[in-house]
Amino acid sequence: MAGTPELDIPNFDIPNFDVELVRKDFPILERLVHGDKPLVYLDSAATAQKPRAVLDAEREYYELHNANVHRGIHVLAEEATALYEAARDKVAAFIGAPDRHEVVFTKNSSEALNLVAYAFSNAAAHGGEAERFRLGPGDEVVITEMEHHSNLVPWQMLCQRTGATLRWLGLTDDGRLDLSNLDEVVNPRTKVVSFVHQSNILGTVNPVATIAARAREVGALTVVDGSQSAPHLPVDVAALGVDFFAFTGHKMCGPTGIGVLWGRRELLEVMPPFLGGGEMIELVTMEASTYAPPPHRFEAGTPMIAQAVGLGAAVDYLTGLAGGAGMAAVAAYEHALTVHALDRLAEVPGLRIIGSTEAVDRGGAISFLLAGKDGRAIHPHDVGQVLDEQGIAVRVGHHCARPVCLRYGVPATTRASFHLYTTTGEIDALVEGLRGVRRFFGA
Amino acid sequence: MYQEIILDHYRNPHHRGLREPFDAEVHHVNPTCGDEVTMRVKIVDDTVADVSYEGEGCSISQASASVMSDLVIGRSVADALDLEREFLALMQSRGTVEPDEDVLEDAVAFAGVSKYPARVKCALLSWMAWKDATAQVVGGSAAAVASVPSETGSVPEQEKKA
Repeated sequence: MAGTPELDIPNFDIPNFDVELVRKDFPILERLVHGDKPLVYLDSAATAQKPRAVLDAEREYYELHNANVHRGIHVLAEEATALYEAARDKVAAFIGAPDRHEVVFTKNSSEALNLVAYAFSNAAAHGGEAERFRLGPGDEVVITEMEHHSNLVPWQMLCQRTGATLRWLGLTDDGRLDLSNLDEVVNPRTKVVSFVHQSNILGTVNPVATIAARAREVGALTVVDGSQSAPHLPVDVAALGVDFFAFTGHKMCGPTGIGVLWGRRELLEVMPPFLGGGEMIELVTMEASTYAPPPHRFEAGTPMIAQAVGLGAAVDYLTGLAGGAGMAAVAAYEHALTVHALDRLAEVPGLRIIGSTEAVDRGGAISFLLAGKDGRAIHPHDVGQVLDEQGIAVRVGHHCARPVCLRYGVPATTRASFHLYTTTGEIDALVEGLRGVRRFFGA
Repeated sequence: MYQEIILDHYRNPHHRGLREPFDAEVHHVNPTCGDEVTMRVKIVDDTVADVSYEGEGCSISQASASVMSDLVIGRSVADALDLEREFLALMQSRGTVEPDEDVLEDAVAFAGVSKYPARVKCALLSWMAWKDATAQVVGGSAAAVASVPSETGSVPEQEKKA
């Protein structure tokens, strides 16, 4: 991608961000593995570790306030409801949502994305107000070749249900989106464009505004998978200019089992519901029901109350970092880590990065291949296993983005991914570990 | 886990390369890590006349294919299926079974793998592929054992096109 970088990361020395202090907030980072090896956790793109504040918030919720929400008039029910809804306020502020009613709690990103995809196929059974979500043969759905399966399979399934056509933007050799045919792929037949903000396998940060602008031009809705961006970058959904934004709590130091779908209120109000049940209704008779306004329209059943409270605590934790610099400090620190990692990995013989080797519009998830001294590829599973024996945790495989592996002709990769608690020392340990892997599998 | 026997088979695999003639060919994948194997079997008079394969994957999956073909080629289908059951039991043992070297020969080297749940599928991939291919030749009755892990199942349609 030529032109101005999508990410404008200030090159300052991250005042008040002390990674050693941050690490003290994460009990698990003190763990030893395989006997006496300090844990070097480089798998944060799979899931992030949790600070004590999040663990305490969940425990305290259960110990002091546990009740079901939005029902019952007793003290605990009111406290639980207030805590659950306060988490919604925190999340809304965290992503710059103009309106708290635009924040829908889901199980995870996958459910958030499925929620939107199912709205499209449910639209057929709804009135004229759901017109924008109606989809059929001749219509097109656009994704990209770098999607996580969670933003790929739901759209494949939607196209199978509706007869719409699935199209996608391809990738360049250096791991960027190929936008050379954007105007052809996103065209007047396009009804929805769904794409990842930051790739979980390539680390690429995509030019959201460019794609969203083209989608708007042709009247298509935009959905952004923010699973890997919300935990690492300041996100302002209004500034991004998109219609929906999905992310998950557990990758941003929150609990598992809680995710978020943000959507423009005027769209959520006319969007057909996904799951039916309690909480999402207005009036129910034996013949028919009417639905609650958003967000409750999309939150059928007892929600993940403790997990939402935990996510709220994670948001507080992240925004309070570095004297209130919050995600700006996280992004700047992780950018510095990424620069360091790309430099150091370049020193390892036989190592080839899949994705950009430059720390421009790129986050701290680095996939690579490793070859032994004889030039023969060392399979990522073997790389990961030998690293694990040294206490270094990385992810191996296709990272739920198999088409990316196919695109680059590799069966799998090893991926090291960072977070706010990662140190340059851990990256150096990885580099040493990789040298050890090459020795071990050397012929 | 990385026994020298495993590394030897990994570096110098036996019976590798797809050969003619064959009665059945299957393609199995391990979706969690991307290991793949294409396997052919030739059965003559209820005996495993040949096993040939091509694959990509980790040292465990590649070495296992090499050891497996060493073991089953030349055996009766019934004996080979017994071996497969023995190996499956070892891999599902989580390190609690002492393998019988007289029966499993080089395959005893994989005993350590059984302690790593994420890697068991790697070791089993070629065995499951062989069993599947053999079942296609001899018919369901002889080889159909319901314990085939579904993870080593068929290839998604998109991959065939790619």
